[in-house]
Amino acid sequence: MNKVVRKYIENSVVSVLFTSSLVTTITVIFITFFLFYEGMGLFREKPLEADFIIAVNKSNTVKKLDNQQIGAVFNQDITNWKELGGDSLPIEILSLYTIENYYSEEDLGEDFSLLPQKINEFLEQTPGAIVCFTKAFMPEKIHGDEIHIDNIELLQFLKGKSWLPTSQPVAQLGILPLILGTLWVSLGAILIALPLGVASAIYMAEVAKPKLRNLLKPVIELLSGIPSVVYGFFGLIIIVPFIQQLFNVPVGETALAGSIVLAIMALPTIITISEDAIRTTPLALREASLALGATRWQTVLRVVIPYSKSGISAGIILGIGRAIGETMAVLMVTGNAGTMPTSFLQPVRTIPATIAAELGEVPMGGVHYKALFMLGIILFLINMIINISVEYIKKGRVGR
Amino acid sequence: MAKKVEVSNLNLRYGDFHALKNINLSIEERSVTALIGPSGCGKSTFIRCLNRMNDLVDHVTIDGSVLLEGEDIYRKGIDIDNLRYRVGMVFQKPNPFPKSIFENVAYGLRVNGVKDKSFIENKVRESLVKTALWDEVKDDLKKSAIDLSGGQQQRLCIARSLAVEPTMLLMDEPTSALDPISTAKIEDLIFELKKQYTIVIVTHNMQQAARVSDVTAFFYIGELIETDTTSKIFTNPKQEKTQNYITGRFG
Repeated sequence: MNKVVRKYIENSVVSVLFTSSLVTTITVIFITFFLFYEGMGLFREKPLEADFIIAVNKSNTVKKLDNQQIGAVFNQDITNWKELGGDSLPIEILSLYTIENYYSEEDLGEDFSLLPQKINEFLEQTPGAIVCFTKAFMPEKIHGDEIHIDNIELLQFLKGKSWLPTSQPVAQLGILPLILGTLWVSLGAILIALPLGVASAIYMAEVAKPKLRNLLKPVIELLSGIPSVVYGFFGLIIIVPFIQQLFNVPVGETALAGSIVLAIMALPTIITISEDAIRTTPLALREASLALGATRWQTVLRVVIPYSKSGISAGIILGIGRAIGETMAVLMVTGNAGTMPTSFLQPVRTIPATIAAELGEVPMGGVHYKALFMLGIILFLINMIINISVEYIKKGRVGR
Repeated sequence: MAKKVEVSNLNLRYGDFHALKNINLSIEERSVTALIGPSGCGKSTFIRCLNRMNDLVDHVTIDGSVLLEGEDIYRKGIDIDNLRYRVGMVFQKPNPFPKSIFENVAYGLRVNGVKDKSFIENKVRESLVKTALWDEVKDDLKKSAIDLSGGQQQRLCIARSLAVEPTMLLMDEPTSALDPISTAKIEDLIFELKKQYTIVIVTHNMQQAARVSDVTAFFYIGELIETDTTSKIFTNPKQEKTQNYITGRFG
C-alpha cells in the first residue's frame, strides 16, 4: 500500500478515536453542568409558588417569616402572632381556602372583581390579619405590609423534616426524610446482602466443585441482567404481602421490603467481585498456610479472607452504590411516604424514587422542579463519595 | 544413623502423565539431601509428596509408600494437617503472609491451637534468632512482612516453618529468587539447621548442592537415576547421565 494512503488512514483512525472520547467527555461534563445549573438555582428562589404574595396588617411587628413558620400558620398549627414573636393577637387568615368564612359570593362581585378591595379592607381592619393571594387578585396598592420571605437555604433544605413540595402557599422542602429513607433502605440492604453475598462468594470460591461453580456463576450473573422493574414487580407481589402478614402491619410497602429487593439486586455484584477477590488469593499464600499445618478453614479465615478483604469491601460498596441509585424497584415497594423513618416496618421514600415519581408533574423551572434537581445533585454526591471510597480501598490493597 | 524417610516404589501421575516413576529413596536423620536434575524432571513433585502438598492438585494419583519415622503418610485416615505440621516447607518464592513479621512467625503456632502468649513470644524470638533475622527486625516486629527485602522474606519463611518445630524441613529451590548475598546467608543457615533437622532441598544450582548437602539424588525425566553421598556424586558418579549433567553437558 502506498505510504501516503496508509498515513492518511492512520490519521483518520486517530481522529475517530479522539472524537469518540471527546464526545463522551463533553457529554459527561454537560450532564453534570446541567444538573448543577438547574439544581443550584433552587437557592436563588423563594419557597413561594411563582406569584403568590403574603401580607399582614401594618401594625403587625412580624415582617419576616420563614417557610416552616408560614406552613405552620396556614396549617393552623400556629394560631397566635405571639408564637412568631409578635403581639398577642389571634391570627386571621384570608386566602382562597378561608375566604368564605369572611365574605359571601355577592360581596366579591362578578369574577371576584371586588376581591382586591376586600383584601385591603380586611388588612386595614383586622390587626391579626394575614392574607395570601396570587398577584392577580391582590390590590395594586396593598394597604398592609408584605411579608418578607428568605430565599431557600441549603442548611434548611438539608435538615428540614417535611417534604411537601406542593403545599400552599409555601412549599415545604426538607429532604431529611428522603436522605434518611435512602440510607435506611440501603443500610437494611447491606445488612441482608453482606452476610449472604460473602457467604455465597466463599462457598463458590472455596467449597463448590468446579462443575457446580460453572453452573452457579452464570446464574448469579444473570440476576444482574433482570430489569429492575421485574424485581419491583416480584417485590410487590411476593415480598410486600409476605411482610404484611408476617409482621401484621397495615401496609407491606415498607423500608424492609425495599431493603430486601435491593439486597437481591446487589447480590450479583457483591458475589461476583468478592468471589474474584477470593479466588485471586495467590496459591503461594494458601500453600504457606497449609504447609504450616493449618486446616483448609483456618487457611480461608486467616489468610484468604484477610487477603481479599479489600476486594470484598469493594464488591460490597459497589453493590450498595448500585442499590442507592436504584429507582424503579424501590419506588414500587417502599410505599413512598415522605415522613421521617422510625422503623423498618414503615413506608419510606428514597431520593431516586422521589425524583422519578414527581418530575413528571412539576412545572418546568419552578421551585419544586429545581428542588428535584437539587436532590439529583445530592444523590450524585453520595454516589461520588462511594466511588471514591472504592478507589481508595482498592489502592489500600496495592499498598499492602 | 536412623532412617527418617523411606520411600519405596513411589509413582505419581498427573492424569495420564507419569511424573514420578518408581522412586526408591531413603533419607537419613539430621542430614541434608539435595535433589538435582534438569527442569521438569520431578524434583519438586517428589519433595511435595513428602508433605502431601500434591493433594492440592486436581487429578493426581499416587501409589507406593512413603514412611515417615516408620508411619505410612499415604495410608487412609492419616491426619494430613498434622503431617504438614510435622514436616515444614519453604517455597521457591518467598511467600510471607501480608501480616506483621511477628504474626507471620506466630501463625503456625496459632493455627495449631497454641494460646500461651509468652510461649509464642519466645518461639518467635527463638526462630528469628535461628534464622539470623532477629537482629535485623527485633525493633519492628509489627512491621508488615511485605516490606522486608526478598532475602529477609525468605529467612522469615524459614523462621515461620521452624517455629512449629518440625521434624523435617523441605526446601523447594529456596534461593532461586535471591541475590548471591542472601543465598549465602541461607546456605549458612542450612548448615546450622542440619544439626537439628532433617533437610531435603531441591536446587538447580549444583554448587549449592555440593556446598550444603550430605547426600545428592539425581532425577531425570521422572526417574531417580542415582543417589549417593554428595562427594561421590560430584567426583565419581556411577551413571553416565549423572556425569553428563553435573559436568554441564545438558540440563
